[in-house]
Amino acid sequence: MALLEVNDLKVHFPIRGGILNRKIGAIKAVDGVSFSIERGKTYGLVGESGSGKTTTGKAIIGLNHITSGTVKFDGVDLAGFTSKKSDIRKDIQMIFQDPYSSLNGRKRVLDIVAEPLRNFENLTKTEEKKRVQELLEQVGLSPESIIKYPHQFSGGQRQRIGIARAIALKPKLIIADEPVSALDVSVQAQVLNFMQDIQKDLNLTYLFISHDLGIVKHMCDEIGIMYKGRYVESGTKADIFNHPQHIYTKRLVAAIPDINPVNRQQQKVYREEVEKEYQQNYNDYFDQEGLAYTLRHISDSHLVALPQKG
Amino acid sequence: MSNNILEIKNLKTSFRINDDYYAAVDDVSLSVNKNETLAIVGESGSGKSALAFSIMGLHTKAKIDGSIQFKGEDIVHIAAGKLNKLRGNDMAMIFQDPLTALNPLMTVEDQIGEALLLHNRQLSKTKRKERVIHLLNQVGIPRPEYTCEQYPHQLSGGMRQRVMIAIAIANKPELLIADEPTTALDVTIQAQILGLMNDLKEQMNTGVILITHDLGVVAEMADRVAVMYAGQIVEIADVYTLFQKPLHPYTRSLLNSIPAEDSVHDKLHVIQGIVPSLQNLPREGCRFKARIPWISEDAHEENPELHEVTPGHFVRCTCYQQFYFPEEKVEEESSHGTS
Repeated sequence: MALLEVNDLKVHFPIRGGILNRKIGAIKAVDGVSFSIERGKTYGLVGESGSGKTTTGKAIIGLNHITSGTVKFDGVDLAGFTSKKSDIRKDIQMIFQDPYSSLNGRKRVLDIVAEPLRNFENLTKTEEKKRVQELLEQVGLSPESIIKYPHQFSGGQRQRIGIARAIALKPKLIIADEPVSALDVSVQAQVLNFMQDIQKDLNLTYLFISHDLGIVKHMCDEIGIMYKGRYVESGTKADIFNHPQHIYTKRLVAAIPDINPVNRQQQKVYREEVEKEYQQNYNDYFDQEGLAYTLRHISDSHLVALPQKG
Repeated sequence: MSNNILEIKNLKTSFRINDDYYAAVDDVSLSVNKNETLAIVGESGSGKSALAFSIMGLHTKAKIDGSIQFKGEDIVHIAAGKLNKLRGNDMAMIFQDPLTALNPLMTVEDQIGEALLLHNRQLSKTKRKERVIHLLNQVGIPRPEYTCEQYPHQLSGGMRQRVMIAIAIANKPELLIADEPTTALDVTIQAQILGLMNDLKEQMNTGVILITHDLGVVAEMADRVAVMYAGQIVEIADVYTLFQKPLHPYTRSLLNSIPAEDSVHDKLHVIQGIVPSLQNLPREGCRFKARIPWISEDAHEENPELHEVTPGHFVRCTCYQQFYFPEEKVEEESSHGTS
């Protein structure tokens, strides 16, 4: 059984207006998203800004209200849960994009990493300190770091403090929202390697949210592509990168910069072809509102929002 | 000589921290030709933006030594009024974040119009509007008459960046400095903006300095590449040479740390240690030494200089000759062990 099963998830934000400030419409940030993640795997959620990928992640962890649909974690439906203190919640943790704003600058590393422990476990001061030091060691920071403040660390180190906090309660699922987008390439490599290491050690499952297809390709087993709150395509890494079917996916894959300057001209021609195809077929692949159609299986693993025929 | 529009010699830009000056750009020399894109690559803290700001004369409190010649004229010790005539006219800059670089209280038309008006007082209002619409067309904005009336917050990120490019190219500059122009944008928009910059460069014969940390962008855009580390250029070469035969350990490490086709499920290379802060920069010997401790001490030069390895390909320090990745050594040893 899959660890996380998301079925027809919808997150709508009300638009209020008029004299009585009544609901006059809704922004459909996430509009019918379904996917599942097997234990120990990494699932990549890809899309441009505004496509609803972060909203999906936040809805799963309970930071956004779920309008309809189900989110089953380990067989338990999370959509009905309201209490943040429930035990299920501690099995899901999040790593945020910006290591500069996601750590409280006025707290010491000890207090930052210990916060989830204080919420869920009754530890004495000495036990707590020991646990935090173990966690810091696990993420490759020295135990003396506990008395320091976030500003005393580099970007990569800060992101590792964020990871130490996320793994403090031994979660089963980690939602990583653009975990390396704010980091330099060499630091990016460090954090990605490290995430793969702890995944093996702790048998973690990742929901990896990113707009960087190069990194998604490196990290993920399965991938879902979102556009305007809906899925346009999902499948294994090979399905998406080697046989993209939807014009949106094709365009996205074509836009990845090629690291070999020799291919420059070839890449340019290819991109122009794809762009032409995209412009010509846009109306076939999207409905009047510019939304994608329902997903259909084209193989066991590969689903595409192909145009309705007839 | 006529081809060369920017010539920087021994540029040193220092900032004052606690009564001492620390050089963020330390002895950089480079040149840019017409219709050429020079990419400057490096991590944050390598001094690439400090270099760009020095060229544009945007540092107010820094101490600048050395010479920057723009079309044969020194612009380091130039009068402010004269510099203002050049900036936005003969040389222009595209900034990283279009939301903070644009004025939120001015319409698109006024912002682009301002750039035109400042350098040509005689321009009539109708002429100006014509030019603005032409520029918006040029940067690929679909309905220019409509966009003219809009404010920055009403535009998407890609559109804002296009407006900023329109402002930068308003007076057909001969030198365009783009500081991380696509870092804040989605990949598909990035591809469009980069394509646009390339077309404009060729149409207007502009020299472009492209500052970025994204090696993919470099591979697609650059004619020549300068790699910066700790305020110095450590390697400079044409783009094909740099990607096919990178020599400096820093360049090789950077190229190795990005996920590539065949890197899937392999470990990415991690550069040991961190980029030193401005105050802690090693000022003597090879600045990259501390991050490749497995290379023997005598591989480095005492005073590392740029060496021309093949024509146009310069590398700093001699440590590249003995450089290897620690992973390679392990493989070598284990293969020896089995044979």
